[in-house]
Order: sequence, then structure tokens, then C-alpha cells
Amino acid sequence: MTTIDGTASDTATVEAIIDGVTVRVAEGTTILDACGGRGCGIPTLCYGETITPRNACRVCMVEVEGSRTLVPSCSRPVTEGMVVTTRSERIDHSRRMVLEFLGSSVDLSLTDHVEEWNTEYGADPTRYGSEAARVDEPVRIDNDLYIRDYSKCILCYQCVDACGEQWQNSFVIDIAGRGFDARVSTEHDVSLPDSGCVYCGNCIQVCPTGALMFTSEYTMRQAGTWDESRQTQVDTVCGYCGVGCNLTLHVQDDSIVKVTSPADSGITSGNLCVKGRFGFQHAQNRPSAD
Amino acid sequence: MEAIKRTTPASDAEREAIESVLGPSDDRLGRDAVAGHVVRGQRHLLLPCLHALNDRIGWISSPAIDHLATRLGASPAEIHAVASFYGLFSLSPREPVQRHVCIDLACRAAGGPTEHSVDHEAHPAPCLGLCDRAPAAITIGGHDPEPDPASAAVDRAEDDVLLRRVGAGDPVDLDAYLADGGFSALERARDLGPEGIISAVEASGLTGRGGAGFPTARKWDAVRTQPVTPHHLICNADESEPGTFKDRTLIENDPYALIESMAIASLAIGCELGRVYLRGEYLRAHLTLSTAIERCRSAGLLGALAGFDIEIIRGAGAYICGEETAIFNSIEGYRGEPRNKPPFPFESGLFGEPTAVNNVETLMNVPSIIAEGRQADRRLFCLSGAVRRPGVIEAPIGITLGALIERAGGLREGSELRAVMLGGAAGGFAGPADLDLPLDDARLREVGLTLGSGVVMVHDQHVDLVDQLRRIAAFFRDESCGQCVPCRVGTVRQEEAIERLASGTGEADLSLLRDIAGAMRDASICGLGQTAANAIQSAVVRLGVLT
Repeated sequence: MTTIDGTASDTATVEAIIDGVTVRVAEGTTILDACGGRGCGIPTLCYGETITPRNACRVCMVEVEGSRTLVPSCSRPVTEGMVVTTRSERIDHSRRMVLEFLGSSVDLSLTDHVEEWNTEYGADPTRYGSEAARVDEPVRIDNDLYIRDYSKCILCYQCVDACGEQWQNSFVIDIAGRGFDARVSTEHDVSLPDSGCVYCGNCIQVCPTGALMFTSEYTMRQAGTWDESRQTQVDTVCGYCGVGCNLTLHVQDDSIVKVTSPADSGITSGNLCVKGRFGFQHAQNRPSAD
Repeated sequence: MEAIKRTTPASDAEREAIESVLGPSDDRLGRDAVAGHVVRGQRHLLLPCLHALNDRIGWISSPAIDHLATRLGASPAEIHAVASFYGLFSLSPREPVQRHVCIDLACRAAGGPTEHSVDHEAHPAPCLGLCDRAPAAITIGGHDPEPDPASAAVDRAEDDVLLRRVGAGDPVDLDAYLADGGFSALERARDLGPEGIISAVEASGLTGRGGAGFPTARKWDAVRTQPVTPHHLICNADESEPGTFKDRTLIENDPYALIESMAIASLAIGCELGRVYLRGEYLRAHLTLSTAIERCRSAGLLGALAGFDIEIIRGAGAYICGEETAIFNSIEGYRGEPRNKPPFPFESGLFGEPTAVNNVETLMNVPSIIAEGRQADRRLFCLSGAVRRPGVIEAPIGITLGALIERAGGLREGSELRAVMLGGAAGGFAGPADLDLPLDDARLREVGLTLGSGVVMVHDQHVDLVDQLRRIAAFFRDESCGQCVPCRVGTVRQEEAIERLASGTGEADLSLLRDIAGAMRDASICGLGQTAANAIQSAVVRLGVLT
């Protein structure tokens, strides 16, 4: 690789063949990124841009020549001479089964792309019957800011990592239990007010399935008034302190209903504190109608 | 981390249990910038602390978790996450002494209880590694295990190498071991040096006996040549594969040979502290090995002067911790979830440093290879079920299944052979037509079988094979760590399909089982999920069970 002035760059590169096409990428690039990242056609569920991939869901599996099993494209770096196939009967089978396993055990109704992938891979989560074990958890509403609905949780580990060492360093939640009974949990499942939660909401930001949700959004969904087609997104800068975090205000009917931060923001990487995330009521305290 | 204020403090007994591992609380914490690092640097003592609580109190309370979190500079959620991972720990009140009754394959074939019929005061336990004495139960907590002359259920032969000291005297008599040529292989190994040891092991053809069969010399050389130090040696004694009891037998009966083997391995890879990750249920093996280690230290054979020491880490009831990367997380004080490979253990293992993980039997081959230049052409088989003399048998690799069963005294009177589980729950089934099958991994692979951990569980006409498959499915469902979807959900769906087939549904569930098996094999993170359908598929395909 050469830089603009024609000298050799320091970045080492590797060459690989992906679906018959020779590609050259920087060393350390994952197979998924070499294929174009999220949206390139390889399905992803547990993957998020701001969290180190855990490759727990196993829906992004591809074939690598010489490997006994399929490999997770979201986290496996491309190596020199690697020969990768991203679609085959074996891969499709595996993706279909993962979609069925999750679809038959948790509620994926708010997870992006699942319906289109179910069609693409012929996944039929209903074929396990009505007796198939499900992750049955009541919605946990124990504070005014956000709710936790673990019947939608695919155990992507992103909230755990966002709460823990990758972003917030609060370590308030972790995976408890084992196997099918494993759940994201506070210690002894105590309520959030009894835990060390600081309500930064960075777990909500990374949740891919709607298991973690602003109470405002949850209440509107329950009332049937949540309507993304009527929402606008306004980018602004948080005014609480001097850091200058980027905010995206989600507005419906002239009210802020949710706050996110752009994952690609150089300041926040999608993270905020409790004030930026939830402290927006003052912006819409209007004089009462009378 | 945010301060959490709770009203109930840990009890004195709980604090004392924790202090028995961590020592008294240091009041530097909170005032000293360095203290936080010191405190957090003790995370690897979490598992021993949890054991101390569980042994003394019987269970691990919420205040104890909070206190432990403070002592280790971790959050209560992290401690709870680890405590809730292990089968031997309880997070709800119970007595300190618990009875664990085996509900697994050999024991239920011998008339033992199922998870539904087990006495409600006892804990239904996965295979306890006592299949030679099925049906089996143990008590944990309250007292040290007593010496038991029956611990050596082996059928020794004149030319046995691995078993030659088993049942031949007091296993912790160091003088007897030295008089029998003990530690002479270590002497020879010192002369050979690391490369000489590895060449000798390579020439012997030794491969891993834990199930995967990787060449030992290659593993050691890969660790030896890593520039990063320190290098670690872990003896994987977390023997939990249903039907396996050879490593327990070796440790209980010949602990010094394991110590000597580890000393030689440590010379080869350049390591100063070897760790034995011992199955939590193996209390007698723990007692024997810790006594032997203590005596070696007193004799200067281990410890600072010897330049090498060994510590035992007790597992806590999790099959998955026998996986070679899960074992690192478990020792480090995290949930025993497997890691991704690459990076491989030889480059990044325990604490992210180069590590060799070897099974007990693998290591026990080493002294005779070094001292006598022997070929590693023998291995141990765990005979259980419908044979006259269940126990550990040492035999040449390649012995036929029929000849091995004869070595165990043949079938019990009135028994007709129906099936043989080979290699464990992650292995497969052979049938009555397979008695001429040579027990050699390469030959077995051709017919889709494996020797695995040396399990040979013989089933006669009285054994309900469908029930065996049910239990295999339930075993993997229980033992899946839950990290990846194919295994976490696949093992549940597999069990459900088997239950339906057992009650007489048709073709659709058989093809569903195949679909599930394919995804688990191809897409699971680790060997547990990748092999969780093996035995069931082999019973369906080779024996026609469930069809």
C-alpha cells in the first residue's frame, strides 16, 4: 500500500480471496469488514460497531478453507492467503438454524432485518412447536428511565460490555446462570435502584433487540402511539457540561421521546451520561394549557 | 464502580471463610493509590474464596457476595455471575454437607435414579467418575474424605506401564516411590534439556489422551519457543466426560508420578509453577495429591529449591471447564466460558501468556518415555456397564473392542451385548457387530467413531437406550455454558426432539435432529457444542435407536 506522497505506508496488508475475488486489506481487518461491514449481505445480530465482537450469536458464519468448522466473520481477522466463502449450503443451513433457534426462543419482533433473513434463509421458527422452551421473563420496570425485557434478549453481551470495561466501567450487570438459563442480571437480580446503576443508558444504546428501552418508548408502544414514521431526528450538542457530547433527539409530535448519540461520534462513540441521555424534560416543560 | 450500601453485612463465619483465602482485610484500601491494583490482582482467588464459603457455610449468600466484591475490587454482579456458573455452588440456603447422587449414564443403566426419581434431599449429579462402582453417590462438605481401599478398581496386567503402581501400596509413600525408581526420569530429563525432552516425546508418538488427540511434543515446542514469559503448564484433571474415571484412578493411586511428569513437562516448556485443575467432586484425589505435593515440598523435590512448584485449583461442577480455554477463565476467576481460537493457548493462554494444557493420562506417559525410551502405544480404557469386572484397563492402542471386553471379564452372565458407548457422551455408539473394531483413533474415525477419553460403556439388553440418549441430551443441555446460540438453544431443541421421538413421533423430528446436529457441529464456539450431537446421531445412524 502506498500513501499519497508515494512512500510505502507503515500499515501492513494481507491478501485473501473472498468469494473468488482477490482483496487486499490492512492487517487485522475482520472478514466482515473486508466484505464491506454491516449491511454487506452477511447477516449479523450480536455485532455492534462500538463493542468488541463476542461472536456469540453465530449468524455471520462463513467458510474458511482449511477450517474444520465455520468461522465467525465479525471477529476473525483476514490472514494472508485466506480463502473465504460467504455463501454455501453449509453456511445457509447454519444461519437458518441460528435464526430459528433465536426466533423460537426469544421475541425478535423489534430486531432489524430478521424477517427478511428468515425469508432469505428459509428459517421457520414455528417448526419447533408450541411446546418449545422460550426465554420467559416478565418486563422489569423498576425505575422511571428504562425498562428491561429479557424475553427479547439474545445474549449478545453488548450491554454487559458497555456497562463494564469497554465503556462505562460500572459493572452493574453480567451474565448469571448457565446454558439456556443464562440471563443478563444484576447481582441476585436486585432492581436497578438497588444496584450500582448510574443510568447512563449506554446499554440501551447498544441493545440490538429492544430488550432495553426508554420508558417513554415502552409506554408509547404499549399505548400504540409509538410511530417512527412520524418521528424526526435532531442532532445537537449536549449543553450540560463542557465535553460537548453529540446528541440525537428523537422527536414525535413535538416531544422528545428518546435520546441517542451517533455511534461514529468521535466524542461519545454512542455513549452518554444520565444527563445527556435522560435529562431532556426541561426542554419540553411547556406552560399548561389553561 | 459505584458504592452500593446494603443493610445486611456478611456474617463473621463468612468473613472468616473469605479471610482463610485472602488473609485479613487491608485497611490501605481506599487510601492508597496502589492498593486497588493489589486488590484487583487477586481475582484468581475468587474460585477458592467461593469454595471456602461453600465448604464452610454450605451456600453463598448475598452479603457474602457483596463482601467478596469489596475484597477483590470487583462488582457484586461480577461475583454473582461467577458463583452462579458452577453446579457445586448454591445461592440459596442449604446444609454444609450435601449428598450428590449420580443420575448419569452408567449409574442409571445400573438402576440408579433419574433426575425425577432422585431423593429430594440429594442433588442430582452429572457423572461422578465412579462408573466402576455404579450406581454411585458422594457427600461433599463437612469432612475430608476417608481413605478407601476400593478406590483402585483396576484390572492390572504384568506389563502395565501407566497402571503399574496402582493398587500396589500406599499411594502417598514417597520413600516407596523413590525406591521404585521415582524421580529418575526427572534426573534424565534434566540431562536431556528442553529440546531433548521434546524430541524424546515426539519419537514416542504421544498424543493427548483427553479426547482431542493433539501431538504432545508439538504443543510443548510451540510453548517453549514463545518469547513472552512466563510460560504456564496446566494439568487438566477436570475429568467430567460421562463414563470416564481413569484420571481419578491415576491421581488417587500414583500421585507422585503425576508430580514427576509435570516437573518434566515444565522443564520442556520453561515453566516454574504447574497448576492441576482438579474436578471439584474429586475430593479423595484432592487429598491424595495435596498430601503428595506437601511431602515433595518437604523433601525439596518441589518448591523454591527445586525451581518448580505445583498448585491445585479445584473446579466447582462445570463440565465446560475441561475445555482448554474455559479452564483459563475459570482459573482467572471469571465465568468458565470458552474463548475464541485463534489466538491459541500456546501463544495466549492463562493470563494471556503461553500455556500448555495436558490431560493427566497424557502427562503420566512421560516418565517412562524419558527414562526407558518407551513408545506411547498404550492407553487407558474405562470399562463400565454390563461387564464382569468394571474398572480401568491399560491396553495397547489398536486392541479390538471384543478383546477389551474380554479383559474386563466378558459380559455379565445372562447379558447380551446391545451397544457400547465409545469415547463418552461426546463420542459415539458401536453395536454388537463391531466387536472386531480396533480401538485406534485413526481407524475409528473411518467409521465415524472416536476413542475420546477412553470410555467403553457396555450396554446389554436390560438397558433402555432411548433413556440413555435422553440423558445424553439432558447432560449437554445442563452443561452448555450458554455463550453461543447453536449450543445454548441447540442442546435444548435436541432434547425436546428426543423427548417427542421417545413418545413416538415420526420422521420429521429425526430430520430436525439432523438439522440441529449440523448447526451445532459447524457453528458452536467450542468442542462441547460441536460434539453435543455426536453420540445421539451415531445411535440413530448406527443402531437405529429412535427410528
